[in-house]
Amino acid sequence: MRIAADREVCTSAGMCALTAPGRFDQDEADGRVVLLDADAPDGDPEALAAAELCPSGAITLTDL
Amino acid sequence: MSRSEEPPYGMPYDRETRYDPPSALLELQDQPVRRIRYYPDGVEGWLVTGHAEGRRVLADPRFVTGERFVHSPTELPHVFVSISEQVPPGFFLFYDPPEHTRLRRKVTGVFTVKRMRELEPRIADIVDARVEALREAGPGADLVREFALPVPALVICEMLGVPYEDRDAFQRNSADMLDLARSVEDRNKSMAELFGYLMQLVPAKRAEPGEDMLSALAADDEVHDVEAAGMGLILLVAGHETTANMLALGTMALLEHPDQLARLTGAPVLWPAAVEELLRYLTVAHNGVMRIVKEDAEIDGRRFRAGEHVTVALQAANRDPGKYERPGDLDVERDAQGHMAFGHGLHQCVGQQLARVEMRIGFAKLFAAFPGLRLAVPSEQIPMRSDMAVYGVHTLPVEW
Repeated sequence: MRIAADREVCTSAGMCALTAPGRFDQDEADGRVVLLDADAPDGDPEALAAAELCPSGAITLTDL
Repeated sequence: MSRSEEPPYGMPYDRETRYDPPSALLELQDQPVRRIRYYPDGVEGWLVTGHAEGRRVLADPRFVTGERFVHSPTELPHVFVSISEQVPPGFFLFYDPPEHTRLRRKVTGVFTVKRMRELEPRIADIVDARVEALREAGPGADLVREFALPVPALVICEMLGVPYEDRDAFQRNSADMLDLARSVEDRNKSMAELFGYLMQLVPAKRAEPGEDMLSALAADDEVHDVEAAGMGLILLVAGHETTANMLALGTMALLEHPDQLARLTGAPVLWPAAVEELLRYLTVAHNGVMRIVKEDAEIDGRRFRAGEHVTVALQAANRDPGKYERPGDLDVERDAQGHMAFGHGLHQCVGQQLARVEMRIGFAKLFAAFPGLRLAVPSEQIPMRSDMAVYGVHTLPVEW
């Protein structure tokens, strides 16, 4: 599946970087999401958790 | 269908036990989104007690905080109501986008997961020093005074650049402003004093800057001095009251659940999950959070009208049996992720990653240093913070 991260919606809570550190980081200036790897295996538990835990709905997953 | 069409008055507030939300509140979960009447005048509004429903409301931009809150879900005016009388500049919790976004992003770079990881050794030093202070105070010492309050207060003072020596005044004002049993006028007076204190710190920081948040805000051309002071106030108060109460109440809860504490002994790898579970189980923001409906909205078939007050009962959402099995059990090894102790949506706690690190290090070091830690008085004698905006214990005498 493909991961998308919307930096305009992001509220910098850091849940993605905490839950899926290999796929997400945070901007040093304002903590907004930085997507490190947009491709994940289908059903990847870390990507699913990051999308679920994001408080602002900034992370979306699309099945390819 | 109930006999009366009239919605119940208020959000149930009086607890029967130390750790559980009132049973009358949890009983309302049969209708996770329902109408209630608000204080002081009985006007109708909404109470959300379900986990999924609470998330939907708090993630929806039609439910805002930048309007004036005048009704309270409990007889003691909610902290939202007292503050909304005169929302100070910089209180970004009471701003909506785009102003909220502008101010919040001024501080979020300091609270990232990575920055918190870099801060861990310093937090560990502070925790070690407070463990020694508790030991020196001797058996019978108050854990709140020696450990739970100083740890987060020292950390947030250092991060903000607020002199810790000034703590007597700012901790008193902070506590008074969150004491729901005091009048709205008195609470606002305490807040104004605290605001005045930060207002004189801002220019001092610009004259003599340090490596801290207030200095950065004072030097930022896009942030007015009053906004810097207001942001400093909210970070100072939220930065120590909440974690302090989690540390003290969490310690007490673990001491009263020795089977759970035993699972953590010698297994530090379990602390991160245990911290999430303690956040869920204890939910110290025990009056929920409020929103005002900005424009008519329909959620789960319920029609919200512009201007109505909405209270999302985080303390109930975190006990939603639809989300958590046996929600009334403290189970340190359960997957408690997704709890709403830090709220949800764009206002979700800005300092949550700091709080996690403080709790993980704080609990682990405390219980490692005092394997025989126990309450020094029967738990029924521990004074609970029932009337405070942030739940916890006023004092916690311990021995070892």
